Amino acid sequence: MKKHWYDYLWILSLTYLVLGFFNILFAWLGLLCFFIPLIISVAKGTKGYCNRYCGRGQLFSLLGGNFGLSRKKDIPKWMKSKWFRYGFLIFFFIMFFQMLWNTWLVFSNVQDLKQVVTLLWTFKVPWHWAYHGTLLHPGVAQFAFGFYSVMLTSTILGFFTMVLFKPRSWCVYCPMGTMTQLICKAKQKGQAA
Amino acid sequence: MEKKIRKKKKAFVSADDCVACGCCLKVCPRNAIEIWHGIMARVDMERCIGCGKCAKECPASVIVIQEAEA
Repeated sequence: MKKHWYDYLWILSLTYLVLGFFNILFAWLGLLCFFIPLIISVAKGTKGYCNRYCGRGQLFSLLGGNFGLSRKKDIPKWMKSKWFRYGFLIFFFIMFFQMLWNTWLVFSNVQDLKQVVTLLWTFKVPWHWAYHGTLLHPGVAQFAFGFYSVMLTSTILGFFTMVLFKPRSWCVYCPMGTMTQLICKAKQKGQAA
Repeated sequence: MEKKIRKKKKAFVSADDCVACGCCLKVCPRNAIEIWHGIMARVDMERCIGCGKCAKECPASVIVIQEAEA
């Protein structure tokens, strides 16, 4: 099958993860993975981002498919149920807002900057080597640490489900995927009404 | 002797469970799949040859290859 330029976006996703080990401020770039799918779904009413441009999905496809790191088994039924998908989306939202709240506390000088990356919302891993100061407020760095935690956590989860089930199992419960599908459904309903 | 007609196999998507990720359309050799309004995958029965690549790829395993009713 003919390859397109967007079939290589996995390189960007991989680069993003690597850059976070050198300078945490690069984590801000991850916002693109949040805004682009949302803009596409709101403006065009499609899941164009998932379908074409998602570098993370491509990365899992490559590792699980071409590199053979996946068992390629069916995902359990409960993991593809709406309960789990919507529940995970809500949980993800809550944790995301908690991260924003912590950022706000640093911005308002109530809390000091914590140079840690929190994995799986639990394990605080020292990450001071990737912080070299910022000309801006420390809150900018706090957001970077928090956002990178979100990105790395979801990559780890996606990697585990890639190994256990099919390469792109993450796509089944990816909060961005669930959210954009909901937007598309709402848009379609609005148009039909 | 009566000739036995074998029905053609096609891909069927469980629309309610589809997450519309688009993994299936990437592997379809006939470009027979589209993601309908970002909601679910739709198979063009005229084009589908029932090869099963999409079913194998689907991360939610919601595509089955079945004999199509004529």
